[in-house]
Amino acid sequence: MSKQQGNLVITGIIKIAGYSSIVFVTLILIFLLREGLPALGSVPISQLFSTIWYPIQGYFGILPLILGTLLVTLVAILIALPFGVCTAVYLSEIAPKWVKAVLKPVIEILAGIPSVVLGFIGILVFVPFIRTFFNLPTGLTGLTGAILLALIAIPTVVSIAEDALNTVPDSYRQAALALGVTRWQTIWGVTLPAAKTGVLTAVMLGVGRALGETMAVMMVTGNAPVMPTRLNSILMPLRTMTATIASEMGEVATGSTHYQVLFFIGIVLFLLSLAINVAASWVSMRQRQRSERILS
Amino acid sequence: MDKSSRTSTLIAESAGYTLVHLITLATIIPILGLVGYIIAKGSPAISWQFLTAAPTDGMRAGGIFPAIVGTVYLTIGTAIFSVPLGVAAGIYISEYAADNAATRLIRLAIINLSGIPSVVYGLFGLGLFVIFLNFGTSILSASLTLSIMTLPVIISTSEEAMHSVPNSFRVVSTSLGASRWQTIRKIVLPQALPGIVTGVILGLERAVGETAPILFTGAAFYLPQLPSSPLDATMALPYHIFVISTQVPGMPVEIQYGTVLVLLVFVLGMNLIATLIRTRARAKRVW
Repeated sequence: MSKQQGNLVITGIIKIAGYSSIVFVTLILIFLLREGLPALGSVPISQLFSTIWYPIQGYFGILPLILGTLLVTLVAILIALPFGVCTAVYLSEIAPKWVKAVLKPVIEILAGIPSVVLGFIGILVFVPFIRTFFNLPTGLTGLTGAILLALIAIPTVVSIAEDALNTVPDSYRQAALALGVTRWQTIWGVTLPAAKTGVLTAVMLGVGRALGETMAVMMVTGNAPVMPTRLNSILMPLRTMTATIASEMGEVATGSTHYQVLFFIGIVLFLLSLAINVAASWVSMRQRQRSERILS
Repeated sequence: MDKSSRTSTLIAESAGYTLVHLITLATIIPILGLVGYIIAKGSPAISWQFLTAAPTDGMRAGGIFPAIVGTVYLTIGTAIFSVPLGVAAGIYISEYAADNAATRLIRLAIINLSGIPSVVYGLFGLGLFVIFLNFGTSILSASLTLSIMTLPVIISTSEEAMHSVPNSFRVVSTSLGASRWQTIRKIVLPQALPGIVTGVILGLERAVGETAPILFTGAAFYLPQLPSSPLDATMALPYHIFVISTQVPGMPVEIQYGTVLVLLVFVLGMNLIATLIRTRARAKRVW
């Protein structure tokens, strides 16, 4: 083989590898559909989107699971948002350089802690705390899960929001300060609004992280597939889509209705995360085009 | 602005600063507290026997050796598939790809891969590797599943590392008569190596700690002996933690914390190495 041919082979391999991510996304979708779509044949749609999940008796209503996921995610992001954005503002706008150099690795540590470890700490620390604090029969509640999810979402929110704040041109801050505005007013009136799409992206990706999280939620939410209908449902056990798949897939027969429905839940999760990520990258892409226009 | 309203603004602002500081502390301190707490509660359990013996008495005694070995196998297995593929994909995007619709599609695919929930990767691995390709619940299936999950991290970080190599390096190399591949191999890759290695470690760090993708693709509840081939199932630290904290009643807390500590040392050790490589490379960088 000549050198020329060798080069061609290598270039070919690299090109194939370059397209591999498209291949994998497609494969994932194909296999989810292949195993999950038959669920629509085995269970009537009206039953699939009903409110009772009790597979042993043939009830496959995934609505409580979807609502469980949405409720836990919503509460998690409400917790993660103020903490995450404040920390990002502090790191980007207020902290001296050395403090930043110390704190950023700490946030990275949190991002690196496996979710099963957070779930374990959740069981031993948060569950008893929630039970006694709210005087509940059990500490395995949606709120406990939401707190752990917030811990999981915070590093994502912090790092992306901080990046967004860092890309705000210094001339904005200088212009504001030159007008006699204080640094505090500059941060909240100029810098943060200028970075608002970045912060929005951060929140969306945080939601994406929380939505797809499995082990931590499964270990502390009590896994009761009940409809979260009232506001205080968050203080009761509930069940998310991810936890349902993880806890039940091990026990079902391949190809059974239950198996198909679990894959169908996988399709729903896939589409949700797809929507969130496409929207987030669309938002940040538009912002980039806009700022390129302004700065040019 | 008159003087009194200015003073009240200043008071409000310093209260605001204090609040931001407090919230940041409220974010940081629990993280350090968590790690410190696990170290304090877990280290009494750590002994030579704990690290090198198999669990006994329904996991309530003995060690966690099979889980440690399993995690090492899975990490190596994941690296074998994801590192060459991820770095090659990074090279393609950074050095070959034109700025066109196909490349945008690749980027979109990478973003989506990184957003797919880990348990969905588990389902995919079950459907493709375990059932369709008939690899069974095995180290092979689990490693392949983890590889695809790790891929987006490795691709994006290696692309970024190569992207940050100044273009003048490539121009000089090509003007001396080097081909594009020679330029990549001799100039771009060596310069980007620390960044790539950092990305690889961070990607594998995630794979080490994941439970959901291996639940139905390769993790075993309890195995008396070590796996002997890639087609065997294996115990793994994250799944073992799940098992001993939710499935085994009357589990001694000490063993639980000890196991968690071992996993944390794995993960944070990798994190530390990645940080060190990155800092050293930044300090040594000439451009």
